[in-house]
Formats: sequence, structure tokens, C-alpha cells
Amino acid sequence: MLLVALPLLALIVRTPWGRIGEVLTSETVLTALRLSLIVATSAAAISFLLGFPLAWMLVRGTFPGKTFVRALVVLPLVMPPVVAGVGLLAAFGRRGFLGSWLYDWFGFQLTFTTGAAVLAATFVSFPLAVLALEAGLRGLDQRLEDAAATLGASRWYVMRRVTLPLMAPQIAAALVLSWARALGEFGATITFAGNLQGRTQTLPLAVFEQLQTDQEAAFAISMLLIAIAFAVIIGLRGRFLR
Amino acid sequence: MTLAVDVTARRGAFEVRAAFEAEAGETVALLGPNGSGKSTLVLAIAGLLEPEGRIELDGEVLDDAGGHVPPERRPIGVVFQDLLLFPHLSAVENVAFGLRARGVDASDARSRARDALERLGLGERPDARPRDLSGGEAQRVALARALVGEPTLLLLDEPLSALDVGTRVEVRELMREQLRRFPGVRVVVTHDPVEASALADRMVVLERGRVTQVGSPEDIRTSPRSRYAADFVGLNAFHGPLERLEDGAGRLTTGDAEVIVPWSEPFAAGNVIALLRPADVTLSLEAPHGSARNVFEGPVSWIAIEGERARVRVASAPPIVAEITVGSVDRLGLREGTQVWASFKAMEVRVVPA
Repeated sequence: MLLVALPLLALIVRTPWGRIGEVLTSETVLTALRLSLIVATSAAAISFLLGFPLAWMLVRGTFPGKTFVRALVVLPLVMPPVVAGVGLLAAFGRRGFLGSWLYDWFGFQLTFTTGAAVLAATFVSFPLAVLALEAGLRGLDQRLEDAAATLGASRWYVMRRVTLPLMAPQIAAALVLSWARALGEFGATITFAGNLQGRTQTLPLAVFEQLQTDQEAAFAISMLLIAIAFAVIIGLRGRFLR
Repeated sequence: MTLAVDVTARRGAFEVRAAFEAEAGETVALLGPNGSGKSTLVLAIAGLLEPEGRIELDGEVLDDAGGHVPPERRPIGVVFQDLLLFPHLSAVENVAFGLRARGVDASDARSRARDALERLGLGERPDARPRDLSGGEAQRVALARALVGEPTLLLLDEPLSALDVGTRVEVRELMREQLRRFPGVRVVVTHDPVEASALADRMVVLERGRVTQVGSPEDIRTSPRSRYAADFVGLNAFHGPLERLEDGAGRLTTGDAEVIVPWSEPFAAGNVIALLRPADVTLSLEAPHGSARNVFEGPVSWIAIEGERARVRVASAPPIVAEITVGSVDRLGLREGTQVWASFKAMEVRVVPA
């Protein structure tokens, strides 16, 4: 308890409340905040869109190597983010095996772009979305879908009016958890996407940079991130974190 | 308009093989104990699992070697055992669901759904969620949902099993009424013989994945063809091979015991069922010395009182149910555990082929 509370208290004490408005409305912070929101929202959306079919296959499908795929999906959760960044670099970097191909054929370089920041954030937040969606699908009474079919509903109609609405809490959880994880992403982003203001410098990266020049500003931005985290927890309360 | 089923359906290691027909305007009950394959058969008819064999409805082939019509294209209204109402939709939205799925526009579907609920006496709570409905109300919503699309076949899976005893009688009446009005083919699946005889014109008895008897409730009441059927019509049944003992008498071996039965016409070698009305059994506290040739001793294992009569089960080998007056229970001082002799004359036993 103390372990959690102490850093939080210290941060509250050291935050420059007098100039917090000024710090948080500075060009650097506003740019980073905007970028953070874009990156986190894109990562959450991609995690959901790709995670849903994957969760579906993991729950309902039968294919060889299913256990292996499931293990692979959760790997980014336990992998150090820096390692994730190095891995992404090896794959999509200028000299990475996919990256070099992209560069040679399309003249396209992913690293040091906002796209890279999104990819890094997606990589680490994707497992949370898959796990939440998997739980949702597993908890769903499939016979409700059968009942819908006997009422004349096509597969798509069943999906739209029965499956997805019944999974609404887990879909919300998937979006919120992956969004929050993407928002806090640091290691993979700085390794793979770099720390470029306006392109890849999200709030955590801004904190890291400010810490070296203006500590008080770093504390102020940290308070902002804590406030967002609190908002997420309060939003989730009574829904999934009972 | 006919439903013709002749299938082998499999679910896991379980296999059910059944053939029967049902006509429009007729209610057919699929009756069987738990695990007899009723639900598997329901899934096959509804199209939710693909059987071997053939299912035909109103001249249209729904299943055969050539293909399988998916559930959403079958004109079948199903009321499932646990109803399976959509928990996130209101009563009226549940009923309108099938119409919407088939392309009826929203307001039209809603008003038809409302009408359907109205007809079932649920007009005033259209916006209630399923979890806020009583058992009887939820049952009506499920029935309205199945009926509103005007299916050719109405398939009811254990329609009353989810209800408590009080509402069951009321809903059974409603079911009977609705079934009578429904112009298509009606199939009711149940393990409850009371429900079956209340609702059905014809019964198909299903046991361990096979049809053991088809007939009217009257046929089955008078000549049950299996131990299970005899049990639910309230008869004692002894099942086993029969051999000739002497003129006019035969010996049926059941388990470790023997029952003396009339021997009139020679049955083909093999098993028979001997039926005995509980009212023909005499109970006494001492070994009887009468003309009865069947005497079995054992403790009373339960007593069920129904009005003036009591049904007493004696845990002898074989176990026997006797029906005596409540006065006799008192006079003999019977209670659970009392050691008694159950006896009956061979002449009281009726033998039917198994």
C-alpha cells in the first residue's frame, strides 16, 4: 500500500501547482498530448479490429498450433518493451527484412514516423484486447446465436444484433485497456520510432525528455498521465473491476 | 403439410436414430427420459446440427445426402428449453427479432410483435427486459417470438420444464390453446408424461437414442412397450425372458427374481414386458398363504399419498409399487422401512412383447 502511495504522494507534493497550467498548455505538451491521443486511439482501434477475428479463431476455431498461437499472442505482455522495439526495428527498420523491402520498392520508411509510434503501441496493447475479447466470446452463450439463426437471422445479422451487443462490456474493456496501455507506451516507441517532437514524441516520451531539462515540467506532465489513469479506473469501476 | 423425419443424428459419442411423421393440425410429443436423444433430435430438425438421413417439411427437403438447409432458411419456430431470450433486448424487440432479420421494416415488425404479445396476454409489458419477466411471462415471449414469423412447424423443447409447479398448470393451458390454434405441424419435446398426454395427439417414445413406441396417449397408457413407458403411466413392469412353466402359466426371469405370469399365446423366444396395475397388488405384514403365486418381501421405501389413495413402493427384488387406500396404510401402520410382503396373482399380470 505504502509502496503505491508514496511515489504518488511525492509527485503531488513536487508538482509545481503554481505553473501547472502554463506547463500543460506549452507547445511541447500540447503537441505530445495530441499525438498521444492519436497514437493511443489508433492503436486501440487496430487492436480491436485485428484482435476480434483472432480471438474468434482462438475460441471457436480448430487449427493446428492453437496453443502456440495463444502463447505468441500474450508474449508482448511479458516481453520488455525495449525488446519489442528492437524486434520491430529488425523487422520494419530501414535495414529490417520487411523494412528494407518496403524502402527498396516504395521508397517508404516506417521508422521515425507517427505510423511507427502507432505500430509500437499496437504491438504492446494488442494482447490486452485479444484477452478481453477472448473472455467475452468464451462467456457468450452460443445457443443465443443458435436461437437467432432459427429466427431467420443470417450470420452477419446474428453478429450485429446478438454477438457484438452481448459482448459490449468486453469490447469496451478491450478498447479501454489497450488504449490505456498504448497511452503509457514508452520503451518500444523510443526504440523503434524515436523521440521526434510532433511525430513520435508522445506524453511519456515528453516526460522523459523534460526530466533532463525541466524536472518540474516532467512532474506536471506525469500528473496529467496519472489523472488520465484515474479517469480510466473510475470509468471501468463497477463494470469490469468489481 | 407434413414433417417427415428419418435420421441418424450424432452429438459427440451419442447417436440418436429416429423416424416419425407429423401432420399439420396434429401435436406430436417426443417423449423420453433425460439422455434419450430428444434434444439432439430438436437440434437436427431445427437445422442446428447436420444429421444423416432425411428431413422433409411440407414437401421441401431440409436434409438429405444432397444437402442441408441452414437453420435461418427453415420455416420452423423453436421454443427452446431455457427459452434463450436475448437478454439485451426488450420483450417486444425479442419478438420482432425474427421479422427484422427477415427484412420487415422496424415499425411494422414492432407493431406485429406487439400484437403477438397482446394475443398471449402480455400487452402491457412490451418494454420489459427478459430478466424482469416472471417465468410464465418469459415463456409467453418465447412462444410469441417463435410464432410471429408464421412458421410451418412449431417445435417446443421442454416448454414447461423451466416453470415452477404453480405457473406450470396455467402455462400448460395456454400452450394447449396456442397449439390448437396453430395451423401447422406441432412437435413438443418433453420428459414429462403428464405434459405429453395433456398436449399431444400422438406420442413418439424415445429411449437411449431409439424410438421404442409410437402411438396415441391412450395406446401407450394401456400397452406401454417399455419399462420407461410403463413407469410413467404408473404400471409395474417386469422385463426379461419368458418361458413356459405349466399349462396357463409362464415364468419370467427378471434380474435375480422370477415372476409367474399367464401363458396364453406363445411369444417368440426372447424378452417380454409383464405389466401389473399397482391396485392389483396386496400388501400384508406377514407372509400371505393365499392363492397369489407371486410373493415378494421387502421394506417400504416410500409412500406417496394422492387423495384417498396411497402409492407404496416396496424395495423387494424386483421392486413393486402397490396402490392401497390411506385407511389401509394406517391400519397396517406402514411407514418407510416397514417390512412387508407384496403379493399378486399371476392372472393379474398382462404380458406384452418387448
